[in-house]
Amino acid sequence: MDFLNAIVAFANFVLVPGTAYGAQLALGALGVTLIYGILRFSNFAHGDTMAIGTMFVILITWGFQSAGISFGPLPTALLALPFGIVLTGLVLVGTDKVVYQFYRQRKVKPVVLVMVSLGVMFIMNGLTRFIIGPDDQRFADGERFIISARNFKEMTGLDEGLAIKTTQGITVITAVIVVAILFWFLNKTRTGKSMRAYSDNEDLALLSGINPERVVLYTWLIVAALATVAGTLYGLDKSFKPFTYFQLLLPIFAAAIVGGLGNPLGAIAGGFVIAFSEVTVTYAFKKVATYVMPEALAPDGLLQLMSTDYKFAVSFSILIIVLLFKPTGLLKGQSV
Amino acid sequence: MTRRDALLFVFVGFLILGTGFTQSWNSALLILNMGLISAIMALGVNLQWGLAGLFNVGVMGFVALGGLATVITAMPANAEEWSVGGVRVLAGLLLGAGTVIAAIMVYQKLPAGRPRTLTMLATLIGGFFLFRFVFDGGVEAVEAVNPAATGYLGGLGLPILLAWPVGGLLAAGAAWIIGKTALGLRSDYLAIATLGIAEIIIAVMKNEDWLSRGVKNVVGLPRPTGVPYEIDLQEDAGFVETAAGLGLDPATASTLYVKLVYAALFAVVLIILLWLAQKALSSPWGRMMRAIRDNEVAAEAMGKDVTARHLQVFILGSAICGIAGAMMTTLDGQLTPTGYQPLRYTFLIWVMVIVGGSGNNFGSVLGGFLIWFLWVQVEPMGLALMQLITAGMSDGFWLKQHLIDSAAHMRLLTMGVVLLLVLRFSPRGLIPER
Repeated sequence: MDFLNAIVAFANFVLVPGTAYGAQLALGALGVTLIYGILRFSNFAHGDTMAIGTMFVILITWGFQSAGISFGPLPTALLALPFGIVLTGLVLVGTDKVVYQFYRQRKVKPVVLVMVSLGVMFIMNGLTRFIIGPDDQRFADGERFIISARNFKEMTGLDEGLAIKTTQGITVITAVIVVAILFWFLNKTRTGKSMRAYSDNEDLALLSGINPERVVLYTWLIVAALATVAGTLYGLDKSFKPFTYFQLLLPIFAAAIVGGLGNPLGAIAGGFVIAFSEVTVTYAFKKVATYVMPEALAPDGLLQLMSTDYKFAVSFSILIIVLLFKPTGLLKGQSV
Repeated sequence: MTRRDALLFVFVGFLILGTGFTQSWNSALLILNMGLISAIMALGVNLQWGLAGLFNVGVMGFVALGGLATVITAMPANAEEWSVGGVRVLAGLLLGAGTVIAAIMVYQKLPAGRPRTLTMLATLIGGFFLFRFVFDGGVEAVEAVNPAATGYLGGLGLPILLAWPVGGLLAAGAAWIIGKTALGLRSDYLAIATLGIAEIIIAVMKNEDWLSRGVKNVVGLPRPTGVPYEIDLQEDAGFVETAAGLGLDPATASTLYVKLVYAALFAVVLIILLWLAQKALSSPWGRMMRAIRDNEVAAEAMGKDVTARHLQVFILGSAICGIAGAMMTTLDGQLTPTGYQPLRYTFLIWVMVIVGGSGNNFGSVLGGFLIWFLWVQVEPMGLALMQLITAGMSDGFWLKQHLIDSAAHMRLLTMGVVLLLVLRFSPRGLIPER
């Protein structure tokens, strides 16, 4: 019986990675939910928007690195992030002008916009692969750990180590800052309020003199920032590969729907729900169990509910359960 | 079909013939065969989108289930694997299914409230562990048998042609599950749910070695009766003589002959399905579906059960995709789960339907052939274009190498641009709905 070690092992393999992944998903889901609330369609290009944003950040990071600019113990990518956001914002606003605006003015059915976003996804995916290639790219530099497993063991004298990677720390801190700014913007500023008004009731908002094109412009800029930050944090924490970002679409949508599409708070809650379920279900609890259980009962198997290959099945099952029992999401979303 | 439509078909025919004259007849027949299969997939998607306005983003999953059907139906059963763990695997699967059914019955029979929730959770959790206990042991035993050559249960050893309808049935089953949950809600939800089920089906096929050998692939699927093997043809004196009479060497002639037989088989399936789809389109049922698509509220007011009709057409369309998937795996002669890519098997089919003309069956067939032709031909064209662009650059210049290496990704870009251009400037497609 060794609860302390069990808790540390659990924190090391489930809590810490789950929190970081949850923050990344939450940022992604916020982007999806904002587009859904204001532009009223599910943006299938969001995963590839994240990829293209991250690609800009990576390219600028490489530029900085070869110019000898670094950010001390922190990853250089953080310095490149603002530039990446600006570039992604330009891409998204350009896409809106060239592609989406036409359909918005026609007031087409949402499903047509979904299909259009599919075309945009193709193009963004192609561009990303064209420019940076389809392979894995690692661009994290600086200090690797805030606490490494060995230091933790030396400090506490426990058998289990608790490692917190710098990227995980940065992920959580950045996510908190970004979300705080976003909610301040939506709740306190004039533009943010007009965005919420437009999302609540389009006709009423138009009637009270809100300029829809301005609202849409700001939405795309915010989405660009969210997507780039989410993509970069994910890339720093794991690695950047265009196809992985396309696959992130499923957990991100699941997070947004679980929380209630169109509801920003829900997107954050949904992100963590999905991330923790995914990590918990696919983690092999053998190590934790051997500490907690008496020796005679030590488990033979890995105590893994599902192999990691099925992590998409987790977000999918949660999605299905929510659709079956609570189609508007945990926190009330816009749609049924 | 109007004259313009017929001309479009003739044009695509010339494109494929042109490939035969300028490149090789082998590649022309390859394009034709895959074009036939693509046309069938496009028919299925058109049934869902064109007739009912349902957005299915999981075509890949249904196609893959068709592929799985060929293994389950046509491969011989592996006796040793069956004896060591086959029964246990099946029992595990039945237990899993029983758990889900029991949970559903609890949900439906008991009155709402905390006892119901708790009973249901207990059933699910208990059932899950029971399932894993029975199932895992069986799987381990099965996969341990000669993993380099077999290590899976195999199939029923039936003729592979039977796998085509079986593929349709498997896909229909998956579609029923998805449709039951996601239909009747917002249209976007179906899209996301189908996207998810496709990923999961592929994950299952990649990881469940006892079922489909996973990433080790199942090779050597039998051919349909009537399709000869090249090697037998080359040894057939009569065939060699006829080939010589046509001025062909026996090796080329035999591959061409086999592809022609396949093309005939596929064409028969396509014509039957096209005929059925046309009948459905012009029947009272088809008119009802279009009425529902154009105004759900009005159709509901007229007493139509919109969700049930959507479920029906969604299952039918997915079944057609499953049939096409089984045909494709039959043509390949092997099941390679890693080969299923969403861009190729979901989104490409969508481009076919949109470009061909959603709501028109002939349009989908045309789109299937045309877009498949472009998909095959864009890559060499992209490479040629890149070589033209980089011709002025000196060898070894990094940009030149990068551009030439990246030519392979031109396909995605081109397909995206084609889709957007058609949606914008000709949303009704090449052969519009009438």
